[in-house]
Amino acid sequence: MASISRDDVLHVALLARLHLDDDEVDRMQAQLSHILDAIETLRDVDTSQVSPTASVIQLENVMRDDEPGPPMTREAVLANAPLRDDPFLRVPTVLEEGR
Amino acid sequence: MTELDLADRTITEVAAALQARETSSRELTEACLARIERDAERLNTFLAVDDDAARRAADAADAALGAGDERPLLGIPYALKDIFVTRALDDDGHDLPGGLPTTAGSFILEGYRSPYASAAQERLEAAGAILLGKTNCDEFAMGSSNENSAYGAVHNPWDETTVPGGSSGGSAAAVAAGQAYFALGTDTGGSIRQPASLTGTVGMKPTYGRVSRYGMVAFASSLDQCGPLARSVRDVALVLQAIAGHDPRDSTSVDTPVPDYAAALTGDVAGLRLGVPREFFVTGMEPGVETAVRAGVETLENLGAEIVDVSLPSTDRGLATYYIIAPAEASANLARYDGVKYGLSADADALWDNYDHTRGSGFGAEVKRRIMLGTYALSAGYYDAYYVKAQQVRTLIKDEFDAVLATVDAILAPTSPTVAFKIGAKVDDPLAMYLNDACTLPVNIAGLPGISVPCGLSEGLPVGLQVIGRAFDEPTVLRVADAYERAAGFAELRPPTASRA
Repeated sequence: MASISRDDVLHVALLARLHLDDDEVDRMQAQLSHILDAIETLRDVDTSQVSPTASVIQLENVMRDDEPGPPMTREAVLANAPLRDDPFLRVPTVLEEGR
Repeated sequence: MTELDLADRTITEVAAALQARETSSRELTEACLARIERDAERLNTFLAVDDDAARRAADAADAALGAGDERPLLGIPYALKDIFVTRALDDDGHDLPGGLPTTAGSFILEGYRSPYASAAQERLEAAGAILLGKTNCDEFAMGSSNENSAYGAVHNPWDETTVPGGSSGGSAAAVAAGQAYFALGTDTGGSIRQPASLTGTVGMKPTYGRVSRYGMVAFASSLDQCGPLARSVRDVALVLQAIAGHDPRDSTSVDTPVPDYAAALTGDVAGLRLGVPREFFVTGMEPGVETAVRAGVETLENLGAEIVDVSLPSTDRGLATYYIIAPAEASANLARYDGVKYGLSADADALWDNYDHTRGSGFGAEVKRRIMLGTYALSAGYYDAYYVKAQQVRTLIKDEFDAVLATVDAILAPTSPTVAFKIGAKVDDPLAMYLNDACTLPVNIAGLPGISVPCGLSEGLPVGLQVIGRAFDEPTVLRVADAYERAAGFAELRPPTASRA
């Protein structure tokens, strides 16, 4: 039985930068435990002699010629920004005062 | 011509009529737009439609047809799953006329207008097809019922109280309902094939690397693949021909020649060896589904194929493997939604709070669940036990497929263990929902091509037969599915709501 605690849920939510309200934390705790139970069945599989597959295609280091092309324009890139301060993206305070 | 309404016919039929000047692209476009409007509320298939742009493109296609242009998809109206970005901004950042928004079915991208086009849009535009709009889907393509869309569930045209499957549910339902002659979907664990099965349409996931993923909103990058949904195997082959091929902008797209897919449709399967893996007839499979699929296998045997009982023993490990790899990759891909560059922003005073609250309010329940699951599987102390372990089992699953496909030409299996289920029936039980993809997700894990073709009805709802092939052997997969389709007599299955002229 995979038991995942409330603190585990809050820790993972912090890593994922995902705000969860209290009842979401409760629901997540129950559902993740349930799903992890199903996933843990993989432990029974003997993989001691098996190498991992990250990709099914055998491509390595796909390179292109280093030739400059037209970039996307700044205007087109900034057009979807929630906050902008041309020609920059604007973000809320990163460093709080006194820190 | 058949008795079917113009909107319900195949591409193959209407393209011949276009070339013979018996109909026009404008007429086909109006027929689709009329269906889209008629069933907008009943089915909720489209998230964005630009009928003026579609009419303009259709008129241009009619002019080209008049000048003798014979491109096979010229003038054919289609839809894109709202996972493909469509160019909606010019270089000055201003709205392009006819530009469609891209939401991925999520609030976090509400109102997003892409500054560039997906490879899919570019290729189909180059083929002369007419883009009608963007179809509803599960949020970030995560789901098997289309109930995870932030913009409401899609209803199955066969029975509005049931789901159309997912995550390409809007694309599948639109094709089934005569709203588009074909649609593109994306398939990470079954998201093209399963909704095709549930809506009585044909849906194909090509080999990983066959079609460019450039401009496809990423879910799980080692599993995602783009493919067509249409009303016949031949139609699917035509669309695949237009979208397949190398694209240097997708480093996982493989530079290998694209065969002539239509040429593979010989109707002849005599002498082909087709494997039926016993593990795919899973617990929980509805008896009516099993009956229809077994009857499909028998049809192919009667056509001269040799049916071979085969075993893929790790099949029941597929679900657990998938639900580590896919969420892990998703948790990394979805890190980009930070409320800074585009999309929703929570307007918090400090940056870290803004990240937390933008993501907490912008993502829906299933997306949050998968981000949490993936982040957990990748976190310190669990990485080897979950993520590496799943990649090792992935090797086992892939090796078993390769070994079986060295002895048979293709594999036959059910697409979905059930027919369309009631809206709301599984929303509170994520694990039950995940089981819908038990027969499709092993194919993504192995990176192989798979197609779902209608093989009859159970309880009045469509059932799909899945054909799985070797990597890059789409021709054999299409050949088997086409021969089956011709012999089986389900090619003109349409939902009861489609009217007959």
